[in-house]
Amino acid sequence: MLEVRTYPTLAEAAENIDPGSVFMSGGTLVMIRVNYGAHGLKAIIRTTDSTLRRIDDEAGRITLGAFATMSDILAHRDLDFLGPAAMAVGGPGVRNAATVGGNLFAPHPYGDFTVALLALDARVHLSDGSAVPIEDFLRNRSGLVESVSFQRPFGDLFRFRKIGRIKPKGASVMSIAAHLGNSPGYLSNARVAYGAMGSAPMRVRAVERALEGAALNRHGIASAIESATEGLEPPTDELASSWYRREVAPVHLRRLLLGEDR
Amino acid sequence: MMKKTPVTFTLNGRPTAAFADPGENLLDFLRRGVGDMTPKYGCGQGTCGACTVLIDNEPHLACITLAESAADREIRTADCLSDGPSLDPLQNSFIEHFAAQCGYCTPGMLMAARALLERNPNPRREEVIDAIAGNICRCTGYEPIVDAILDASRSYRRSAI
Amino acid sequence: MTVEFRKDIFANERNDDFDQIGHARIRQDIEGHVRGRSPFYDDHQFEGLLHVRCVRSPHHHARIRAINASAAEAMPDVVRLIWPGDIPKNMNTLLSLIDFGRDDEPLLAERKVSYVGEPVLAIVATSVLAAQKAVESVVVDWEVLPHVLDVEEALKPNAPVVNDEYPNNCFDYHDRYDHQKLRFGDVKEAFSQADHIVEAEYQMSPIEQAPVETCGAIAAPETNGRIVCYTSTQALFFSIGVTGKLLELPSSRLHFIGGTVGGGFGGKVDSQHEPFAVLGAMLTGRPVKYMWDRAEEMQYGAPRSGERWRIRDGAMRDGRIIARSFTGFFDAGAYTRLTSYGVQKCTGHLPGPYTIPNVASNIFCVYTNRTPSTAMRGFGITGVDFAIECQMDRVAEAVGMDPIELRILNAYRDGDMKAHRRPAKNCALIECCQVAAQKSEWRLSPAAISRSSIEGGGEGWRAEIPETVVDGEGGIGNRKRQWQDTEPLSGTGIRRRVPVGTSTDHPATGNAPQHEDMVAEVARLGFKIDAGHSVQRPSLSEPSEGLRHRHANAETSFGRALGAGPSLPSGYDRTRPPASPGPARSSPPANEPIPAHSRHERDKSEKPFQRGVKRPGVSPFISGTRRR
Repeated sequence: MLEVRTYPTLAEAAENIDPGSVFMSGGTLVMIRVNYGAHGLKAIIRTTDSTLRRIDDEAGRITLGAFATMSDILAHRDLDFLGPAAMAVGGPGVRNAATVGGNLFAPHPYGDFTVALLALDARVHLSDGSAVPIEDFLRNRSGLVESVSFQRPFGDLFRFRKIGRIKPKGASVMSIAAHLGNSPGYLSNARVAYGAMGSAPMRVRAVERALEGAALNRHGIASAIESATEGLEPPTDELASSWYRREVAPVHLRRLLLGEDR
Repeated sequence: MMKKTPVTFTLNGRPTAAFADPGENLLDFLRRGVGDMTPKYGCGQGTCGACTVLIDNEPHLACITLAESAADREIRTADCLSDGPSLDPLQNSFIEHFAAQCGYCTPGMLMAARALLERNPNPRREEVIDAIAGNICRCTGYEPIVDAILDASRSYRRSAI
Repeated sequence: MTVEFRKDIFANERNDDFDQIGHARIRQDIEGHVRGRSPFYDDHQFEGLLHVRCVRSPHHHARIRAINASAAEAMPDVVRLIWPGDIPKNMNTLLSLIDFGRDDEPLLAERKVSYVGEPVLAIVATSVLAAQKAVESVVVDWEVLPHVLDVEEALKPNAPVVNDEYPNNCFDYHDRYDHQKLRFGDVKEAFSQADHIVEAEYQMSPIEQAPVETCGAIAAPETNGRIVCYTSTQALFFSIGVTGKLLELPSSRLHFIGGTVGGGFGGKVDSQHEPFAVLGAMLTGRPVKYMWDRAEEMQYGAPRSGERWRIRDGAMRDGRIIARSFTGFFDAGAYTRLTSYGVQKCTGHLPGPYTIPNVASNIFCVYTNRTPSTAMRGFGITGVDFAIECQMDRVAEAVGMDPIELRILNAYRDGDMKAHRRPAKNCALIECCQVAAQKSEWRLSPAAISRSSIEGGGEGWRAEIPETVVDGEGGIGNRKRQWQDTEPLSGTGIRRRVPVGTSTDHPATGNAPQHEDMVAEVARLGFKIDAGHSVQRPSLSEPSEGLRHRHANAETSFGRALGAGPSLPSGYDRTRPPASPGPARSSPPANEPIPAHSRHERDKSEKPFQRGVKRPGVSPFISGTRRR
């Protein structure tokens, strides 16, 4: 039968992870699995280490502890730019429990906050002391996460938008985050990420390439909009078909880049 | 034999202890283990909000909260609102505004609203809507509920909780 | 809030002492709601409560070769397995309680499954998690069969047979037709005279009721051999009847407690939980809960049926619609539930709130390998209303007319004859349109503004039941042999013309009550019968009987209905799988009324725990006095 094992530190929890067990932070994903039959789950591993909830800002490098909740981020006075991404995760009850670390493991169509972290080019710090770029981490999503860190974006160059069909809250048809580089007048080194457009949140290289050197206006971004879904196979689920996601992606990408309401 | 875990916590101001089954969620724990039937099951996946309870004054979804994580914390359910025969202004406002039809989502809705009004006794309509965005109602309709919460906020401000 | 009373329209219909609308009223049950103390079924606690979960089909359509549940049986937390053979009478149809349709659905499938999620085995265990784990351990050897998911594909001759009780993949209406007919006037002739023909197809998806409280029941052994059952049901006596029938128990042994429902919307009528909970409690001697989780509620809970409609309208240049023909398909899913009745309701609703002198409809209740569909908020009505109102806009466009004015022009007025042969009364569509136009600042012509529901209705042809073309197309089983068009009057068979003014119980034009005591005694129910509004009902055989109150000649029409009788076309194949019981409605000899008691002989049971009243004419499932 299922058992729950609780450890004082993340390192000890990491040592005791074994096949058939799962690490739980806020529980918003693990408990669904438990409620629906556990499916081979033997143990839930927890830690009571409260340092994992820290939020630091050192010389523009922001570190979010793995247990920082979406509500923690919303309540933080210096993280306004992350507000829309944290708000995108569930209603108030979910945001009080859902953590930054857990979001990195969220299956489709969840994981909207991770989309923001992708566009911020975050590094994922693991319990063994190593750190990997978030894009690499998302390839196999393994290991215990201690924190994520990223450089504070400049001005209003970071943008996030979640597209849902149920207001004010509902799972994503897609979410988009963009960091538009920091060269005035034209775009350079822009990073664009999608959520709910594949099995995991992803960077959209074709769009990024098309934005290189482009002016941030309707004409300048035209070729990026054209390549909005290049090489993508968006999933079909209860919220939207693959076709629908492909159709609406260019529209929402344009609105995000140009800051249009609709 | 299933191994049970003792969990002690405060429920609606009273020191409480009960045994949790392995992996049991806080909703089942409160209903089965303690006998507080006010939080309701609607989805078991944190979607409907019928199980909303307050943990240390914040709204949480009991169905996706591990019972053991409630240890040593302060839990409040809709049962905390009334004091014997007298109702909380929020409850009275729900009655006056016809903000409950079948009544199933009501306890969760009340706790989501209570958390908002304790934090912000002067909410704007949009803030009320966001506060109950995680609570699904299928019969009453949200307008009377939002009206009831806004109306109750006036009483809360008067009593300055 | 101010409320505007339209006393000008309803002057004769209402008293003046209404004082509720426009005032906030306190619900009597609301204090329990805000205290969280209203007693929902799941709020009843039992020590040692057991939980049920079902092994379900992963296939749309498959034969069950074998079920290996030995691993589940060996689990220490598993208390009991419930097999199809544990269910005393494992075949039912919901509306058998009012003698409508044949038993076609097992509580647990024994031979084959016909939709994804159909239960084949129930497991009673000490916790939900233990029951779920036990379900996962069961291995079923499936022989996957071809399936059909589209209503029109299902009506093709070579389509897989979804439901053995209805081998033609559609419900049998009046033991005669594979669809429900409505015939009023002569649509073919009218189409040939119309200036415009407007045709379109409409499709509605199934809609899940999605109550926040999922369906469920808790049963426990009580005193005097009774079982107490707390249930989320919307239809308590329905649930008692269904449970009593499947478990062959008299209702005197079933102490059902319900009434506090966490949202229903039609989704808590089907009584799928109470039989399992009660049987589980009987087999284990312990309290048993069967509750759907959210995923089960959404996937296996019966939704409103999907519908497909083709509507053809014949309209004149001035916007009058002179003919309207419907071809409709309701997707019942794998079993009947309440969709057969939805089709009946729908037929009575056509052609919408408009006075159209020629109307015909063929509506099919089709079986497909989808989740069975059932009641859901106005089922049978709201779907076709969507189609009709879209169609009205198309007609307006075709004739170049304002869409609201087109509705006002064609709207029912008091005294107009409706297609189901009852005069319209209390009409208010014209006024609704006028108010809606006014509130939305939509300009109407003076003619449209001056029209009224209480003027001009029931004049000349508007009050008349026209000469009507009837046909025998779509006999049960014919479509199985050879593809046939589904549209009304599309075949080449023999037509008959029923004279002007005929409002009969002929199967082609109207339904007679199946039992004498089903005739509504409207006067006794408190409705005033206005002699001027009674319907002329000369029959085919007695064409000149003159004006009679319809409740006064009810007995005659009842006798005649039985005489016209449920005779089946000779080609209809009555063979059934050996597991199912005989036909629910045996064919009586022609022209001979069935003695009342013989209809219930088949309900007698030899099972040991059968008790309760057995009187001729008394339902074995409901004790107490029958409706009089």
